[in-house]
Amino acid sequence: MRAFTQHQGLVAPMDRSNVDTDMIIPKQFLKSIKRTGFGPNLFDALRYLDEGQPGQDSSQRPLNTDFVLNQKRYSGASVLLARTNFGCGSSREHAPWALEDFGFRVIIAPSFADIFYNNCFKNGLLAIVLDEKIVDQMFIEAEASEGYELTVNLADNTVITPSGESFSFEVDGFRRHCLLNGLDDIGVTLEDADVIQDYEDARRKTAPWLFGAGQ
Amino acid sequence: MAGKTLYDKLWDDHLVKQRDDGSALIYIDRHLLHEVTSPQAFEGLRLANRKPWRIDANLATPDHNVPTTDRAMGINGIVDPVSRIQVETLDSNCDEFGILEFKIKDQRQGIVHVIGPEQGATLPGMTIVCGDSHTSTHGAFGCLAHGIGTSEVEHVLATQCLVQQKMKNMLVKVKGQLGKGVTAKDVVLAIIGKIGTAGGSGHAIEFGGDAIQGLSMEGRMTVCNMAIEAGARVGMVAVDGTTIDYVKGRPFSPEGEAWDAAVAHWRTLHSDLSAEFDKVVELEGADIQPQVSWGTSPEMVANVAGRVPDPAQETDLIKREGLERALKYMGLLPNQLITDIKLDRIFIGSCTNSRIEDLREAALVVKGRKVAGSLKQAMVVPGSGLVKLQAEAEGLDKIFLEAGLEWRDPGCSMCLAMNADKLGQGEHCASTSNRNFEGRQGFGGRTHLVSPAMAAAAAIAGHFVDVREMLN
Repeated sequence: MRAFTQHQGLVAPMDRSNVDTDMIIPKQFLKSIKRTGFGPNLFDALRYLDEGQPGQDSSQRPLNTDFVLNQKRYSGASVLLARTNFGCGSSREHAPWALEDFGFRVIIAPSFADIFYNNCFKNGLLAIVLDEKIVDQMFIEAEASEGYELTVNLADNTVITPSGESFSFEVDGFRRHCLLNGLDDIGVTLEDADVIQDYEDARRKTAPWLFGAGQ
Repeated sequence: MAGKTLYDKLWDDHLVKQRDDGSALIYIDRHLLHEVTSPQAFEGLRLANRKPWRIDANLATPDHNVPTTDRAMGINGIVDPVSRIQVETLDSNCDEFGILEFKIKDQRQGIVHVIGPEQGATLPGMTIVCGDSHTSTHGAFGCLAHGIGTSEVEHVLATQCLVQQKMKNMLVKVKGQLGKGVTAKDVVLAIIGKIGTAGGSGHAIEFGGDAIQGLSMEGRMTVCNMAIEAGARVGMVAVDGTTIDYVKGRPFSPEGEAWDAAVAHWRTLHSDLSAEFDKVVELEGADIQPQVSWGTSPEMVANVAGRVPDPAQETDLIKREGLERALKYMGLLPNQLITDIKLDRIFIGSCTNSRIEDLREAALVVKGRKVAGSLKQAMVVPGSGLVKLQAEAEGLDKIFLEAGLEWRDPGCSMCLAMNADKLGQGEHCASTSNRNFEGRQGFGGRTHLVSPAMAAAAAIAGHFVDVREMLN
């Protein structure tokens, strides 16, 4: 996984609550057996006026010019500013894959759905929870000033606005450690292979019905 | 000292290692796999030269992409070549690693959350995960069960563990008894309507109270299935006699002495009387009416006798915009009667409502009646090959066919429309599935979530109708 320490980038504000993962990446693109290439279909039904199909060249499709990511001033955005309960619904990891492939490195929202939040950290995407009032303020500022950028520091857990205002955020220790160092968490878990084996051996004795395939 | 909740007990029982940073290694007893969220995980294993930790903990089946007709053709019946590759990839991965898979032509194939319990592969007290958010279904058995992403699918395959942070405890208590014609689906939609689509975020929900305990296992699965629609990864119901009766005699269930030992343990799987919850929500069972979703989030529900809300009455600006957007997408007017919503298609199926009891409830309503001529389609998709067989043994297929509904083969089907079953643009569907998100059942399609009985009643009327008027 790509490490994340510090990032400065253009902010795109997506002013809508309960953005679900079906919206982030619609079902027809889940047929891929790869982890990459989902970027052109991020928010597909919102970005384009037609129905997208896997394998299609999206550069020729009619754009919904009202959609935030199609507005020129947000071209190249790498920080997504979002509303409450972002990423609700399906557990599809294709959602963070699509966001990452599109070029996002940070998502800021007052709250995230649990599974989506977890999936972000597995893919080097930093999901930051900030108080709703702060997010409101950022929405106002981002919409008011073109070229609005935020600087995110995972080393000291801060988000800094163009005016120099600094807000701190929290990320739990393990996720932060893996992200800062770009660690493969399977490798970290396997350092405890003996502990897992001991647990499993004991469980095989106390609850033997949990082992062995069915008839 | 306060006692333990069911979630606390399941957590403690599966705790392999508590780390200093607050994270924990939790052991996973059962891992279910399907074709959509597993290919990249198997690829990851191969790239890192890793092997699955414990083969017999895994059970796989294709469900999302499978067609619901012409199943005798097997994998060749999948018209879309991209879908076909995904199913073939699951087959080859399971073959390569020796994982038990119910393939497309196997009688036991079905929706992954239907076949687990059906086989007894879901047993009380287990930790169960799957790359699918509706894994919460299995919590109906007093399991700690939740959806995971593909990276975690790979993590479970490689280590038999997950890195977890403990969630908070939430109790949703439904008191008293449910009225006639009111089902588990109405209960869970009413709960989501009350607490909202993020009401359970960060929490493991235990559903309790007399109305929940009075539900069959099928009903409890329906309720737990949709915990994720209330924001909670985990939904659970305590183990009781109903649970144990359901599990007995299934292919993966223990027998003899092992059965007795297992039952003794399972009997402890309930929250202690002195347990404390971080959040408690109560509903009166008798107050719950048949529910219909009118919007684009599962929290946007109303009683069947109710009306579509008027955004002008909403003072919160963001919420008002959300309501306006939903009504525009759904093609509905403020204050419109729910019973005035005309329908194009009916879908009875999905991991929420495709079990034998769901099909019985729907059949009871359509028996001796005919599907409205104004409908384009009404389909019934059983949850598994074995559910289909059982329904046919009971003659339910004939009731559906005589009424004018289609009788299909098992799979996820029009719940998420990854196969050929989908809504056309602007079409309204009464659906027994779990999500009414924009485009969920097809580009521009409009989903209304209801119970199987309500979907069946709507199939006869061509619009929503209170099923209780048809149940005499």
